[in-house]
Amino acid sequence: MNRRFFIRRAGAAGSLLLLPAWTAAAERLAAGEPIALARKKRLADAALNAAVKRGATYADVRIGRYLSQSISTRETKVDGVTNDESRGAGVRVIADGAWGFMATDRLTEDSIARAAAEAVAIAKANARLQDEPVVLAPQAGVGETAWCTPIRINPFAVPLQEKVEHLLAANRAALGAGASFINTQLYQINEQKYFASTDGSYIDQDIHRLWPTFTVTATDPKTGRFDTRNALSSPMGRGYEYLGADPAGKRPGVTVRYFESYDLAEDAVLAAQQAREKLAAKRVVAGQYDLVLDPTHLGLTIHESVGHATELDRVLGYEANYAGTSFATLDKWKSKEFRYGSPIVNFFADRTEAGTLGAVGYDDEGVPAKRWPLVKNGILVDYQKTRDQAHIVGQRAGDGCSFAQSWNAVQFQRMPNVSLQPGAEPLTPADMIKGVERGIYIVGRGSYSIDQQRYNFQFGGQLFYEIKNGEIVGMLRDVAYQSNTQEFWNSCAAICDRRDYMHFGSFFDGKGQPSQVSAVSHGSATARFNKVNVLNTGRKI
Amino acid sequence: MSLLTESEARAILQKTLSFSKADECQVSLTGVRAGNLRFARNTVSTSGGSDTLSLAVTASLGRKSGAATINEFDDASLERAVHAAEELARLSPENPEFMPQVGPQTYLEPKAYFDATANLTQEDRVRWAAASIGHCKERKLTAAGYLSDSARFSALANSKGLFGYQRRTDLDFSITTRTDDGTGSGYAVADYNDASRLDAGGVTAIAARKALQSREARAIEPGKYTVILEPSAGVTLVNLMLGAMNARLTDEGRSFLSKPGGASRLGEKIVDERVNLWTDPLNAELPGNKWGQDGRAQRRTDWIQGGVVKNVGYTRFWAKKKGLDENAAPSPGFGRSIMGGTDTSLDDLVKSVKRGVLVTRLWYIRAVDPQTLLYTGLTRDGTFFVENGEIKFPVKNFRFNESPVIMLNNLEALGRPQRVENSLIPPMVLRDFTFSSLSDAV
Repeated sequence: MNRRFFIRRAGAAGSLLLLPAWTAAAERLAAGEPIALARKKRLADAALNAAVKRGATYADVRIGRYLSQSISTRETKVDGVTNDESRGAGVRVIADGAWGFMATDRLTEDSIARAAAEAVAIAKANARLQDEPVVLAPQAGVGETAWCTPIRINPFAVPLQEKVEHLLAANRAALGAGASFINTQLYQINEQKYFASTDGSYIDQDIHRLWPTFTVTATDPKTGRFDTRNALSSPMGRGYEYLGADPAGKRPGVTVRYFESYDLAEDAVLAAQQAREKLAAKRVVAGQYDLVLDPTHLGLTIHESVGHATELDRVLGYEANYAGTSFATLDKWKSKEFRYGSPIVNFFADRTEAGTLGAVGYDDEGVPAKRWPLVKNGILVDYQKTRDQAHIVGQRAGDGCSFAQSWNAVQFQRMPNVSLQPGAEPLTPADMIKGVERGIYIVGRGSYSIDQQRYNFQFGGQLFYEIKNGEIVGMLRDVAYQSNTQEFWNSCAAICDRRDYMHFGSFFDGKGQPSQVSAVSHGSATARFNKVNVLNTGRKI
Repeated sequence: MSLLTESEARAILQKTLSFSKADECQVSLTGVRAGNLRFARNTVSTSGGSDTLSLAVTASLGRKSGAATINEFDDASLERAVHAAEELARLSPENPEFMPQVGPQTYLEPKAYFDATANLTQEDRVRWAAASIGHCKERKLTAAGYLSDSARFSALANSKGLFGYQRRTDLDFSITTRTDDGTGSGYAVADYNDASRLDAGGVTAIAARKALQSREARAIEPGKYTVILEPSAGVTLVNLMLGAMNARLTDEGRSFLSKPGGASRLGEKIVDERVNLWTDPLNAELPGNKWGQDGRAQRRTDWIQGGVVKNVGYTRFWAKKKGLDENAAPSPGFGRSIMGGTDTSLDDLVKSVKRGVLVTRLWYIRAVDPQTLLYTGLTRDGTFFVENGEIKFPVKNFRFNESPVIMLNNLEALGRPQRVENSLIPPMVLRDFTFSSLSDAV
């Protein structure tokens, strides 16, 4: 069953007095009930029994209730509020050595058993194309268990009126500080998902994610120029408390950076001022610079050049037709000496860090969450794997990297959090900048592009500050840097210590055909990269 | 179950409207039956299907609106959905950008529905995948491909007497073939409304030839080159430019069409005079939809004619605000774009180039600067050096930084348009295309 209630372009300037009525109605109409645990177990058993009866050698079922709410505003009005509730079940089986999958939105024992039977029939049809049977790494059943994101305030329990006013207040603040336009969004996700498999697992999880974000635009009618500055928030696996503007959760610096807590209105004001500053900023001179990259920026570089490159399904060619393959091939891993980065570079994969988008108790094939190294002292040591890939690299377990965006999509290998370990020596961003003779300090995510094997990339950012002889001397514009993954990470000369470690997030990471989105965090501290090629992206048309 | 006939759809819509007490009520009904099969490493990886039917109600009271969607169709559920939308509308604040619903429209009749596609089975998908994989295995190549098909209908009705019903089918096939040693890669893509036109083996043969030809690519210096962009390479940049031709953004001073002092480039020549871009729901090779998002009838619209910006897309609200007739203002839907060309084949275009680079596909294209429409991305799956009209050798892939506006000003020649990614785009010869660095990716 899918239900959606929404208000489109329904805002009104200054009509705050009207908000309580319509927001209350929207909430009441959107409110559904969780699926009872006993019912989920009954349905799961119906699916698993039907699959086995039809000849499946393995089966799992995911029964889900997925809630999402997005609030969108521009300037002084609400652009739209959308509440989605989607519930149903997806059954995945192995029969005749091949995978099959079928989903149903009818949560009855008959319907789910029928879906299981259809999944077996599809598997058997697919087996005709298959030379070798699927080899599934063993996973001991964990019995009946539960896990939930450790949040303090459930965003879905916060009155819509309060959330709308939170966004509109930020908009007012930005307009008052010189923004020409501001578009603000708040995305909230709650996955109530129940996994069961023929291994003997019955896992009930309640997972939360949210992302407050905006784009501020400053225009200059005289010159016809415009520029933007996006929010420096991160999407998080946290509750509404992330928006609490707790002073302890932010760090002062060249610009304010938000770690465990976000101040939307403060960031919107800064964005309005900085968008104006960008309009008047000096154009960068192309050439080689030492780059000092803030975690709000570096997270995306990690995501593209390390996160996707170490996905084993890409390495093996499963994504060749769309997202591509990877330069981090099996021979490089087997050599145990492929230098991915300089010796201070350590990347770890993780599904356990609190507050992150990738944190779960178990993945979508019943594997417990864990943390493991991908790059150790600069050397490639491992990949991200699902259960059916583990045997290819001589391992006997999945990594907990299986994910499907909803009950109606088949699960496949998705990125866990992939993070850069902070430096061992005490070092702050301010100290790091002091050591740079000719460089650029980059904050925030901007334009990004990387090739299909993850060698050549180009990244922009939100804020670019010129560093001369250890000092920030002003803002630059038209900046993008280009490099090659291995060259770039080997040019990593310093990483700030744990005090500067924070999480960047990607809320809508696309992969697969048909495309599915997932959400993932990347932790890092500010890092320095020597002699990177910077281009000037200014053009005239 | 999901593909209702016109009379079945009309009955549900009218029943739903009969429950409404709002000033205006609009109901839409959409059903989709879709299937897909994905393969890689010369074997199937995932496949699945879906069959969905959903109804959306929008109710308006004065300038206040609310909406609800459901996928249950008994009378009680329909009535509940109408009441939910009305209750939301009643309690909503007034919308300063409210527009009354459109009245009856005269819709064109694109022919986009084909039984051959609507009746596809899993066996058909497996057969196509087997043909593709078989072709590759014979040549020691590895295939990764994706086949997806859908049959859908949509119907629309409102309390002002509007009614519309349309059906369409779509089929998309794409294939990447790689040599076993990983030094060559080729790509081909095809999309149709009529599945009987798909020759999966033939499409695979193009990708296979490119994979074999692209082995042992040589590195040549990045810089400005004359390029021959195949339709599969040029399509995204052209569509990104069309998608950015938005009236409101232009008027607000935040578009590549905005000019100093608040003026716009509408009516100005911005690209070579041989560039013509339009949309046309009745194009037989690329049948469109009867209506766009707001229910207005889709008509042929010229966006760029003789290099001059003829139209920018208006929402109904923005057209009214600007004093335009909303029914005459072009709708902002830019899908299924058509770019005019010539009768020259791709091979003959290549023959006309003295020194240049033939590009099969551009990839990971992202905006760098919306002010100039500067984009970056990379070549992929078949990039070749051309000299004196002949393909001489494969070259390593490049990163580009280029604006479609600059690119279409540097036009040398156009070829015969080809349907690709739901657009009709000609191969293009363009001088001074900016390749900014080399990529080792194959």
